[in-house]
Amino acid sequence: MPNVMIRAKPDGILLFYIAKKDLEEQIAHVERDTDAEWGGEVELTGGSRYYIDPISPRPSFPTTLRFKRV
Amino acid sequence: MSTMTREETEALIQEVLEVYPEKVRKDREKHLTVIDQDVAESKKCITSNRKSLPGVMTVRGCAYAGSKGVVWGPIKDMVHISHGPVGCGQYSRAGRRNYYVGATGINTFGTMNFTSDFQEKDIVFGGDKKLAKIMTEIEQLFPLNKGITVQSECPIGLIGDDIEAVAKKTIAEIKKPVVPVRCEGFRGVSQSLGHHIANDSIRDWVLDARDKTSFNGTPYDVTVIGDYNVGGDAWASRTLLEEMGLRVIAQWSGDGTLAEIENTPKAKLNLIHCYRSMNYISRHMEEKYNIPWMEYNFFGPTKIAESLRKIAAFFDDNIKANAERVIEKYTAEYEAVIAKYRPRLEGKRVMLYVGGLRPRHIIGAYEDLGMEVVGTGYEFAHNDDYDRTIAEMGNTTLIYDDITGYEFEEFVKKVKPDLIGSGIKEKYIFQKMGIPFRQMHSWDYSGPYHGYDGFAIFARDMDMTLNNPCWKKIRAPWLDGPSATAGAAA
Ligand code: SF4
Repeated sequence: MPNVMIRAKPDGILLFYIAKKDLEEQIAHVERDTDAEWGGEVELTGGSRYYIDPISPRPSFPTTLRFKRV
Repeated sequence: MSTMTREETEALIQEVLEVYPEKVRKDREKHLTVIDQDVAESKKCITSNRKSLPGVMTVRGCAYAGSKGVVWGPIKDMVHISHGPVGCGQYSRAGRRNYYVGATGINTFGTMNFTSDFQEKDIVFGGDKKLAKIMTEIEQLFPLNKGITVQSECPIGLIGDDIEAVAKKTIAEIKKPVVPVRCEGFRGVSQSLGHHIANDSIRDWVLDARDKTSFNGTPYDVTVIGDYNVGGDAWASRTLLEEMGLRVIAQWSGDGTLAEIENTPKAKLNLIHCYRSMNYISRHMEEKYNIPWMEYNFFGPTKIAESLRKIAAFFDDNIKANAERVIEKYTAEYEAVIAKYRPRLEGKRVMLYVGGLRPRHIIGAYEDLGMEVVGTGYEFAHNDDYDRTIAEMGNTTLIYDDITGYEFEEFVKKVKPDLIGSGIKEKYIFQKMGIPFRQMHSWDYSGPYHGYDGFAIFARDMDMTLNNPCWKKIRAPWLDGPSATAGAAA
């Protein structure tokens, strides 16, 4: 269950950053991404997938969240 | 030798690896690669931030070096105690050339070495009492210090001293910040973890100190983060930002003060030069205080102009116009530099092996002078650094992570660069091999290299080193065959 910092790049793409693993990757797809909620399964550009229970309303980024590995 | 093709470079890596035992070869193979621009993610082609192998020569430092030497050390108005045996602090004393203004020993302490000088009895009975005593003494002898940090060396963690408790007691006693830093040298694989630990200690002990005090801010407040003022670098950067109409409210940490650090959360934008050593705190400030951060590069006119425009884009039209004006103002100056030195340096090939940001940041400056970087590598980078490097490099460039002494020498013998930029530990080996060499950590006692002013010095230094007549004299004349000696005698 890594602690992940999510931040938005200037172009709006979200970055997925795990300090412990020095992993900084772009998020390719988020299962639920609306103004009302954000979360579910998150897929990174590298192909790895993580899960978080959807948060509502959509949090403002950057923020640190706890994800599960899928 | 002309540029190598991808196959040749790959073959070279294999050739160099051949002497290793099977297991070592497998491991080292992952740290050496040839750049392929199609691979956007570096982790597919290079492994980094791993423990160095026993038995090889590595040039990495320790976590204490990362915290005391890099992040905390340059904060000039605090006393940084090298807590533990005397050597760690003394042998690294003032070696990084972080310039600062102030009266050393009165209100600034940058080049001094404070240590608790552990003896056998401190190891046996613990050093907490001694630490408390030194801090009281420091407060008496140097009353103008703004605070104290305790930089742990290896033994502190090994004997399990409670420096946090001592720090808290001393804070109550001297009424100044005292920061215990758990940066024992054995932590992590390189100095990189020391940077992280130091960042975290700033976050936990210092950064929120002025959250509730008011600050006379402007919409143009920025900070310079990750510039250690080596040879005056931060000053050369700061002038450009100020000419643009921005106000630099903090320098992290070259020529920096505790007050600047504490005021940083009031900034509008954090500008990061060395991403590796200070991205942690910038990420934290973005999350907690909503301050955006941006990486920039002040090496060489092309990158400077690019960065100035990128920085200006965060602000209003006035600042954007100012940025253009600054670039224009210096155009004649840097064009003259290029006109003078480019013909002397054109086409020369460079190999770099440095630390946190320079292996990728300096490339632009070399390219401005018509030189080509044919190999580059980091001592302690992580994957995110290599991600950023690939974009900067040509397609067949050799990349090496935590290169060993042997590999570096072999690569140099085969690639035959015209110039090598690395550190003091590599300098004399390559100079004895007859290859021009510049120290790219300390700028070889020159500098600054940042900014337009720095570029002029950079170009001069590269020319001075590369075109120095001494390189022709390295070989003993009789080795050049009888005709050469005969010719000289006649
Ligand atoms: S590894 Fe330990 S003993 Fe060596 S310099 Fe670093 S802190 Fe000192």
